[in-house]
Amino acid sequence: MKVSLPVPARSGWLAGRRAQARDKAPPGEPRTIGYLYLLPALLIYGAFVLLPLGHSVLLSFYEWDGITEGTWIGLGNYQELITDAQTRAAFLHALVLILFYSVLPVAIGLLLAALISRTDLRGLTWFRTILFLPQVVPLVVVAVIWSYIYAPGAGPLNEGLRAAGLDGLTRSWLGDFSWALPSVGLIGTWVQYGLCMVLFIAGVQKIPTSLYDAARVDGAGPGHEFLAVTLPNLRNEIAVALTLTIIASLRNFDLVYLTTKGGPGNATSVPAFEVYNQAFEVGQVGFASAIGVVLALIIFAITGVVNRIAEGKQ
Amino acid sequence: MSSGRLSMRSLSALLALSLTVVACGSVTPGSSDNGGAQQPQSSSTELPKEDVTLTVWDQEVRGGQNAQIEQLNKEFMDEYPNVTIKRVAKSFTDINKTLKLAASDDNPPDVVQANQGRVVMGQLVTGGLLRPLDDYAETYGWAERYSPTLLELNSFSADGDQFGTGNLYGLPQVGEIVGVYYNKDKLAELDLTIPKTFDEFVDALETAKQAGEIPIQFGNLDKWPGIHEFQAVQNEFAPKDYLRQFVFGLGDVSFATDQNAEAASVLQQWVDSGYFTPGFNGVKYDDASAAFTKDEGVFLITGTWQAPLFGEEMGKNVGFFLMPPAQSGDDPVALGGEGLPFAITTGSDQPAAAAAYIDFITNEHAAEVITQTGGLPAPKGAPSVPSGTVLGDIFSAWEQLNATDSIVPYIDYATPTFYDTITASVQELMAGRVSPASFVDTVNQDYADFMESR
Repeated sequence: MKVSLPVPARSGWLAGRRAQARDKAPPGEPRTIGYLYLLPALLIYGAFVLLPLGHSVLLSFYEWDGITEGTWIGLGNYQELITDAQTRAAFLHALVLILFYSVLPVAIGLLLAALISRTDLRGLTWFRTILFLPQVVPLVVVAVIWSYIYAPGAGPLNEGLRAAGLDGLTRSWLGDFSWALPSVGLIGTWVQYGLCMVLFIAGVQKIPTSLYDAARVDGAGPGHEFLAVTLPNLRNEIAVALTLTIIASLRNFDLVYLTTKGGPGNATSVPAFEVYNQAFEVGQVGFASAIGVVLALIIFAITGVVNRIAEGKQ
Repeated sequence: MSSGRLSMRSLSALLALSLTVVACGSVTPGSSDNGGAQQPQSSSTELPKEDVTLTVWDQEVRGGQNAQIEQLNKEFMDEYPNVTIKRVAKSFTDINKTLKLAASDDNPPDVVQANQGRVVMGQLVTGGLLRPLDDYAETYGWAERYSPTLLELNSFSADGDQFGTGNLYGLPQVGEIVGVYYNKDKLAELDLTIPKTFDEFVDALETAKQAGEIPIQFGNLDKWPGIHEFQAVQNEFAPKDYLRQFVFGLGDVSFATDQNAEAASVLQQWVDSGYFTPGFNGVKYDDASAAFTKDEGVFLITGTWQAPLFGEEMGKNVGFFLMPPAQSGDDPVALGGEGLPFAITTGSDQPAAAAAYIDFITNEHAAEVITQTGGLPAPKGAPSVPSGTVLGDIFSAWEQLNATDSIVPYIDYATPTFYDTITASVQELMAGRVSPASFVDTVNQDYADFMESR
């Protein structure tokens, strides 16, 4: 049975125009309806990400201990963040860690990718797995193992140096004011290079072999080949690797918390550790929020610049 | 272009929405009804006749601690059949981080373990979330049960501003002292006896060093152990009353004193003389303890909480003494304290039953149970344990300190940021990066800032 739906009377010039417009509109119009489909996800995202984010921003304008009534102090927390030498040092340490968490892993990753993709080795998968392993090990385990490696007395690093007759180089790695930060940083390098390597190997496999053939015909050696073919074609992968590792370096908390607790002195304190410390140990929730907000802004800014450079040159 | 503008509009709408939601929930964080001066609803110590349930948050989760609290809970319920204990066990870290939220809930736990000091207990008192226990203290005679310092550590003025005085907010089950553990065989090999004066102790360090031993086993990677080394030496120079005044923020005291600078310079000399484990700032506390049990090191300065471990690993080869006084025959003074105190929340509707519970787990019988499970009961007149063991040494040291009221509190209670400041500064001092004079100035800056902000 055919049901005829009641058709609204189209009377007058305006209604006619509107109906005409709807008929002519491309499928999917009106566009605003799309937002209705986004709503469920948006609500969850809003409740668990945007709302807490907004709340943190709000808290950063208060002096608040977590219990009693907070006091609005405007930009006071941000002012303290700039004037407090210890907090400034924490941000500086985070920037130094970018070198170890990001620049070095990308360099090592490139080298390994270049080597692995050129050779036709037996058991290549096995080597790749071994090299990727640090990325898979839980960070708590990583921290415990490296604390042991760095231990001044019977730690394998110092033992090794002594065995090699390099007694002068042995030191209390995590307890030395100059060496603690690089030591923590190198753990990060060890964790991150596997990720970079895997990204780059995948990228290399996409490069047409004809490009390599052409380079070889032109008489390029392995070095030239890498610079002229591999590197430019990996630009996107490098951008992704840099973004991921820079974020990891700036929000680094676990390795510092598990190895040095920010010591010796404050030589390895980093912003994320300060957020935790201020909020839960000292009870300055407002100041902790301000550090978190600034950290988030810095991460946005640096990753934004990295991606702009990567896209801009293409 | 138009869709871009649209998304901007909806984004700002969303932001406005979230801000409204936040605003509805009150923009200003925290509770505004400061119940600092709030009177307890009921002062009756009479236990309820009807069935009641007490929710208790404790952090007695490890070995012997867990055994004693479970036994005492069971015995309490046997004695008061109408009271049911609902135990919520959390780790120390967890309880510290969730307590503030729980205590400000409409239906908070009745009894909680609230850590001493300004950061946890002080802020809970300021927020009016803990109930003063003075009325119950009078009924049950708690003042006679403990030495004064142990109760002062759990006392605050009603507004939470003055520490160490005013209302009593909690009672501890166990005590702790920081003293010197020693390896008996090593001491005998070096032809040494337990030092009677501080100078004798320093001589012993030198003898041990000459013999190629590690005089003091020490690991300070965790930052907090440095407090023990510093205060062990500080007690030789700074009087105990000064330290109490300093920690509780009473009167016009400073950290930049000659005594503190002298203590700092002695500690630095010890480092220069090689009296500590090489590279101690990079050695873990647990690794140093483990090395001590493997006969590496003659002495180790730490708290009584390590006694079960050392006793188990070293048997009769380990002993414990208090850092000896400057003059032979003087009373030794030691850094010490107590386990986390049990407190009652303001929101508890069963304060009388809660007080009876706290009394029960800290009374004489409880002390015996705690002793049997390897703990050091906080109250005076602890049950005796066999002498010749490390626990025997510790129990008699505790008795002595209580009898002469010679326990001084941890200095990191002094200000909310003091833990950070003192641990980092001791690491710098012991690494020789700062002079004793600049060490006391840096630490004093933290103290002066806090006193000014109050």
